[in-house]
Amino acid sequence: MEFFKQQNLDWMSKAKYFFGLSLTLLLVGVVSIIAKGGLYYGIDFKGGTVVNVRFAGPPPIDMLRAGLANQGLGNSTIVPVSDIANPNTNEVLINLEEKGQGAEALDAGKTAILNALHATLGSGEAGKQDFNSVGANEVSTVLTRKDPLGLGTAAGDRYNQLSRQIVAYRDKDRRGIVTNLNDLSAAGATPPVLAVLRDAFYAGSFAIINVEIVGPKVGSELRLQAIYVTLYALAGMLVYIAFRFEWVYGAAAVLAVFHDVLITLGLFSIFHFEISLTVIAALLTLVGYSMNDTIVIFDRIRENLRLMRREPFDAIVNRSINQTLSRTILTSGLTFLTVLVLFLMGGQVLRAFSFALVVGIMVGTYSSFGIAAPLVVAWNHWRGQEAGVLATGTAAGNKARKG
Amino acid sequence: MNANLKWKALFIAAVILICIIGLVGRPVFPPKSWSDLKSNFAQVIKLGLDLQGGTHLILQVQVQEAVSQETDQTLDHLMTQLRDKSIRYEELRKLSDTQILAHNIATDQTGPFRTLVMDQFPGWDIAPAPGEASGYLLTLNATSVANIQQQTMDQAEETIRRRIDALGLTEPLVAPYGQGDNEIIVELPGEGDPNRAKSVIQAGGQLELHLVLDTTAYPSEVAAEAAHGGVMPPNSELVQGKASAAGTSQASGESWYVVDRVPVVTGRDLRSATALRSTKNAGFYDVDFTLSTDAGRRFGPFTEQNIGKQLGIVLEHQLQTAPNINGRIDDTGVIEGRFGEQEANDLALVLRSGALPASIKYLEERTVGPSLGADSIRHGVQASVVSLVVVMIFMVFYYQLSGVNAVVALVLNLVILLAALAYFGAVLTLPGIAGVILTIGMGVDSNVLIFERIREELRAGKAPGSAVDMGFKRAFLTIIDTHVTTVVSALFLGLFGTGPVRGFAITLVIGLLANLFTSVYVSRVIFDWHLAKMPREAALSI
Repeated sequence: MEFFKQQNLDWMSKAKYFFGLSLTLLLVGVVSIIAKGGLYYGIDFKGGTVVNVRFAGPPPIDMLRAGLANQGLGNSTIVPVSDIANPNTNEVLINLEEKGQGAEALDAGKTAILNALHATLGSGEAGKQDFNSVGANEVSTVLTRKDPLGLGTAAGDRYNQLSRQIVAYRDKDRRGIVTNLNDLSAAGATPPVLAVLRDAFYAGSFAIINVEIVGPKVGSELRLQAIYVTLYALAGMLVYIAFRFEWVYGAAAVLAVFHDVLITLGLFSIFHFEISLTVIAALLTLVGYSMNDTIVIFDRIRENLRLMRREPFDAIVNRSINQTLSRTILTSGLTFLTVLVLFLMGGQVLRAFSFALVVGIMVGTYSSFGIAAPLVVAWNHWRGQEAGVLATGTAAGNKARKG
Repeated sequence: MNANLKWKALFIAAVILICIIGLVGRPVFPPKSWSDLKSNFAQVIKLGLDLQGGTHLILQVQVQEAVSQETDQTLDHLMTQLRDKSIRYEELRKLSDTQILAHNIATDQTGPFRTLVMDQFPGWDIAPAPGEASGYLLTLNATSVANIQQQTMDQAEETIRRRIDALGLTEPLVAPYGQGDNEIIVELPGEGDPNRAKSVIQAGGQLELHLVLDTTAYPSEVAAEAAHGGVMPPNSELVQGKASAAGTSQASGESWYVVDRVPVVTGRDLRSATALRSTKNAGFYDVDFTLSTDAGRRFGPFTEQNIGKQLGIVLEHQLQTAPNINGRIDDTGVIEGRFGEQEANDLALVLRSGALPASIKYLEERTVGPSLGADSIRHGVQASVVSLVVVMIFMVFYYQLSGVNAVVALVLNLVILLAALAYFGAVLTLPGIAGVILTIGMGVDSNVLIFERIREELRAGKAPGSAVDMGFKRAFLTIIDTHVTTVVSALFLGLFGTGPVRGFAITLVIGLLANLFTSVYVSRVIFDWHLAKMPREAALSI
């Protein structure tokens, strides 16, 4: 079976359209970034607090907002979490930028958010703790003190074990929320144990499943570090390609990749996705991927320069792109599919990451034939005109032939 | 089939075997049941905090405090020395954390002063103070500052490690972090509550035993002072009692005690501390401690002289209990604080591990609940499996028998990747799973490159054997170039990136290296084996 028979398309004559398209995309991205006052950084880069809360039912967002405002957290934002594979996650992210970023304790914001949650949604049963926000240790302390099984000094590790079992049941089998303490009998809690637990705890309607707090210093450091890592990686690739091909190929490839990263960042701004540490990893992956594509084409150009000495350079480039076209489409298509699956099913944590890859693979594939190859051709033309020679078997070509 | 091919096949089989042993053959060998296999696998594939839940803290040790303290001590020491040598001066003053100003040294004594500083304080540079005839500026030199900072860091790391280790969590990590900003990373897998770890890390662990001078517990500082005629005796000190300490005044909820200013025994004299079930208060715990022999020698006569009086056990400037001294005690004592089991254990461990050399500041705190980790694994595994299946179906559909070859290579690629993670003890994180998915994508790229090349050669009229040969040869160059560039960028990620980024880079690099082996070597062997078996004139299924 074969989808793509040998093509004979003239890519290089369309170069000006490609350049036009890229310029438009870049411009739109830059305008969006400027209009929105810069990129939208996640907590990793700007510092702040994010608390991920899971509810037993649909999140009471309005109540929550009022509760947060009561605690002086009017500036916090509440973002519902959803994804196509799990539309009803019943989760929200509470973001807070300003608390814990100054002289106060780092976890001031977290404490305030937790207070707001308990004040708004707690049962109000005096002296009782929310079972969904305690750990095995607290449960064990209560059980040991009350000794519902009458084990006395022979209890040993028995209550620790039982507590771990009960908490593991809550976290693994009930996704972190037990709405009725009597359900714990499924985890091996006998009626006397349940009675003690009911005395000490109440079953709340939510659970904190993730908390991230990043201080301001770390944020700015990480941002700088990310920029450096990206630049190092680009420089490393430039050197390798210059070594394997010729500097103009390396420069064209790096320019094309740079173009991909900028367009992706522009789309991040347009679609309001956060830039986080994992997104940086994704951007670097797209750099590697786009480079991959470009090299496959350059590789063919190098080979064809040896085989077709008399052809004009643009014809050789066209030919190379056409020869690798079916590979390009197949690989990009398949890789695109895998990251699309990741985007749709990978959950909230990987959302922005996979968005970068979904966009990056499209842009990266396009830039290989639309930007990198035409740049090399344009440079060749310019060199040819400079030297007063036709653009056949040019200097660039000659050198690459030897490689 | 020729002998060469047999050896290659054998080599591949050996690699597969090593990988399988790496994944499910350890630590229980040989695994006897399905559950053995499962528990082996769960033990060798270490999950990152984001997948199994846990707490991640980054803290900064305020090393400057230790430097400042050194300057304070030097100042004290210098004053004593000057007094001993009768060197007269107008003023000795700490100018900054690393500078001491000696103002107006007696003009005939500047020589001895300089000699003294140079002999006794080798870490200090001495220079004439600007604008003064006989004043000197002492500066702690850069090497000494660096040494003090390094020592403080090492000591802080060690203390924190001892305290964290004693919490009894599985595989906690305490390590220096970042580049030279005095930061320490603490990772506690499975610990969902950062507050416990933080309170243990932060606890000062300053234990002092003071003689209680006045048996009354006062409701406030003012009341205590009033009772002593407005002025406290010079050898005394007021300490606040813990809320639950005996004799708490109900009116204010506070209690204040008058104790001797100088402690009899301090935490440094402690040899061990353990939590024990309380004999007095059922359900609660006490902390028993043992003193060093040297301290015991002091403690014995002291208790003998003060029988009938109260001994205040002061922890972190707070009086815990004030038991009566009933007889001579040489080297043991009990802190009765109506502690819970965990509380008592934590206190005992803080007492054992000693005080932190400088205070700390938290820079980052992340807590992943176990239920989120479980969700993430499910999502990640789902996405991996779906993309793997989609890719496999397509490859078989598009390249037929050769597609089966690609599928075999792809599966082997993943097996090698996981086994390498297991052997290196690398941690699988969520971005790591993304790295696995990307490896699937890039692994398939190598196969597509090769197959398309073989098809081209076949179209050009070559026989299957030479088409396969040429296809592999030509595609190999491209594959090397693409892999090296990606590995280069991933290496930078691994070297300079942190946390999640590094996890991603590690899986990607291993995945790409494994892919070179599977798509180039293993695929080729399968092709050659197939070519050797099929009739000469038959067409290649590609």
